[in-house]
Amino acid sequence: MYTSLTNRRHFIKKMAAAAAMTAAATMFPGIIFASEQEAGIPNGNLDWKKGPCRFCGVGCGILVGVENGKAVAVKGDPNSSVNKGLLCVKGYHQTMCIQAKDRLTHALVKKNGTYVKIPISEALDIVASKMKETIETHGKDSVAMYTSGQSTIPEGYVASKFMKGAIGTNNLDCNARLCMASAVAGFLTTFGADEPMGCYEDFDYADYYVTWGNNMAEMHPVLFSRMLEQKNKRGAKIIDFATRTTRSSTASDKSILFEPQTDLAVGNAICYEIVNNGWVNKSFIEKHCNFSKGLTKMGYGVEDKYKFTDKPTKIDFNQYKAFLEDYTPEKVAKYSKVSVKDIKYLASIFGDPNKKVMSLWCMGVNQHTRGTWMNNIIYNIHLLTGKISQPGNGPFSLTGQPSACGTAREVGTFTHKLPKGVVMNEKHRALAAKIWKVPVERIPSKPTYHATEMFRAVDRGNIKFIWTQAVNPLVSLPKTSRFRPGMEKKSCFVVVSDVFPTPTSDVADVILPASWHIEKSGLYGNSERRTQHWNKMVEGPGETTPDAWMFIEVAKRMGYGDLFPYSKENHVEEIYNEYRQFHEGKKHGMAPLEVLKEQSGAIWPYVDGKSTQWRFNAAHDPACSNGEDFHFYGKPDGKAVIWQRPYEPAAESPDTAYPFWLNTGRVIEHWHTGSMTRRIPVLHKAMPNAYAELHPKDAKALGIRNGENIRVSSRRGSCVLPASINERGLPTQGQVFVPFFDENMLINDVTLDAFCPISKEPDYKKCAVKIEKA
Amino acid sequence: MPITSYLAHPQEGKKSELLKALTSFKDCEVIPAENEDILVVVTETRDTEEENNLKDKIETLNSLKLLVLVSGFNTPQND
Ligand code: SF4
Repeated sequence: MYTSLTNRRHFIKKMAAAAAMTAAATMFPGIIFASEQEAGIPNGNLDWKKGPCRFCGVGCGILVGVENGKAVAVKGDPNSSVNKGLLCVKGYHQTMCIQAKDRLTHALVKKNGTYVKIPISEALDIVASKMKETIETHGKDSVAMYTSGQSTIPEGYVASKFMKGAIGTNNLDCNARLCMASAVAGFLTTFGADEPMGCYEDFDYADYYVTWGNNMAEMHPVLFSRMLEQKNKRGAKIIDFATRTTRSSTASDKSILFEPQTDLAVGNAICYEIVNNGWVNKSFIEKHCNFSKGLTKMGYGVEDKYKFTDKPTKIDFNQYKAFLEDYTPEKVAKYSKVSVKDIKYLASIFGDPNKKVMSLWCMGVNQHTRGTWMNNIIYNIHLLTGKISQPGNGPFSLTGQPSACGTAREVGTFTHKLPKGVVMNEKHRALAAKIWKVPVERIPSKPTYHATEMFRAVDRGNIKFIWTQAVNPLVSLPKTSRFRPGMEKKSCFVVVSDVFPTPTSDVADVILPASWHIEKSGLYGNSERRTQHWNKMVEGPGETTPDAWMFIEVAKRMGYGDLFPYSKENHVEEIYNEYRQFHEGKKHGMAPLEVLKEQSGAIWPYVDGKSTQWRFNAAHDPACSNGEDFHFYGKPDGKAVIWQRPYEPAAESPDTAYPFWLNTGRVIEHWHTGSMTRRIPVLHKAMPNAYAELHPKDAKALGIRNGENIRVSSRRGSCVLPASINERGLPTQGQVFVPFFDENMLINDVTLDAFCPISKEPDYKKCAVKIEKA
Repeated sequence: MPITSYLAHPQEGKKSELLKALTSFKDCEVIPAENEDILVVVTETRDTEEENNLKDKIETLNSLKLLVLVSGFNTPQND
């Protein structure tokens, strides 16, 4: 914590103010205290250094005040167009965790069941020799790496080059598989190009914001405050479509609740209304869209080694129209629990040619056994009405992690990805081989394990060595009740690189002390395709080291030094400049580092010194070349695809033995598994433990009082938590909601490892549980 | 040396009046929310008696609807 503060009283005042602001943030969604920045800042000569926030995909610009080599204050960057100087509670307090007492400052190796401190060079020797030995004995597909949407762009790039280019295995995946894979698959199937077409400036023009299963007030608070600002200023309307009443719902103009999984049907019913009320933008779909259908009844991936490949078939508009007959508002209202009136109301918003509409979504749509389909359906609505790629009009898939876009998706730390394109594509492999200076045959053409299957393979004994960075899978994976004993098995050597001890590092054979983001230089890419750079701001404690440098050191020790000729002082720049070569051109050009050092980020494609704010729109995007107003150039024929995607039930639904839906998620105070934010006293005090939200009628029927401990159990495991009734959120009857940030109340022991067969992203929002008094 | 923080809810339409009144107290630091009718108030006084007096004074302000205590710290006087 702020030990550098000479004035303890000043620090306590700052703490007191912060506690009050945190309390306010839990009562008022999107609340902003701009002047707190000045009020909370210690006196003295602070050196302000710019960078992006560490804590979410909004990617707010921050300024970190450094005094005597220590980070002592954080304020919003007024020059950042993302947040214009504002931050949320997590943003203000972010640097308070880095000096926590239990910070991992030195490498640790497990000897006879206890951890022994060793010099980092020795630890890296052990990692390299163990990895090499495993490859020699069991083959290159016996080693794996599991990385993060919180890794920097250079870290992701080096991980990919190391695994795919040097070792020659596609055993690389990342935690963005758990949050963003359905968004990626949705973009690729509909547009052939990943990431949103619009940008945050859309908020300034939209008349309606329709949020699909997305509690933005808590998960994207600064963007939510931009929506509230427009609501107050211009009368823009927020429509919240969700399975639970949240802080976002109460601040919205209208809240519409639906039965879990039926968003697929309601989305199709909106399309039915658009088609049958003459609201289709005919010239737009004639010029710019194709229609397709894929396979159905794909299963849910709950069995090991499950495989699925979709088989798209072209259809025409009339076939699509006939398919929609199953989704009249009257039919859908029966099982979605959304009234016919509300379905028609939603459709009319999209159908009004004079209204600009943004759709916004994140985990509710992505963490879904039909997540790719649900992304496709939202795109269908925007394509049918031509409300896309224009200021204020467009579907906007939001990201959870600070660099899920920049690192996981653009660099490509998924098993099937390369920095440009996919491993299955010969041309993409050839480009990677050329830039990496490796033989093209070394890059395998088949993807291997996605996240869930990777940890199943650890449990089965197929993976004998795994190295994780900036991730906490034993809290965040679904069905941790299987994976914890799996990772504890002697058959797999576990290396964990992190900033703090976690339940995952508890099972490691070697723990590597990682630098926190401001203790190294780096780049992140946020939800609006904005790449942001920062320079190292402070020294990390002990032997903490940037992850990228640890990969390079291990690669050198394994004999791949010639592929990683970077210097310790300047590796971030050198790696970024190498990486940029992958994306040269008008479709994905990345801004030069000099530009990123100067300004608060730039949006790719960065062409002729300019960010491209609206892709596929010829008035804004220089890559459009078909002579029309719009050009979906990600697809070979320049047309986007409207997909016929049906409603199918969830992998597991409530029944007599397990009569409740379980929905899991996040809270505003904590970042994901809480390993950082639970070490920030103000945030920890505001939200010290997880809880289980119940509908008051369900609680009454079970005789459960607020705060009383209850047991939430599924066929896989159970978790005891205090009941929360009529507090922060209100689930619908028959549903229970539990946040997953608390390592002492592991709700993921209860969840199901079912996933979307196309994206392989697990569904954390739906499984069946029972509730009992504990 | 108590340091205490509160959330102050103003009467409707009286946020700036409340802000003005609170900032005129020498032992009060006030941080207004940008986009909601609420103010964070941090008081720093010599002892509990002084703190209570200040709280009473705040509570008599006409522009105040509700004052909610959030956190209290006590530090040695010479720290
Ligand atoms: S909204 Fe996200 S990026 Fe912005 S300050 Fe909060 S946590 Fe950081």
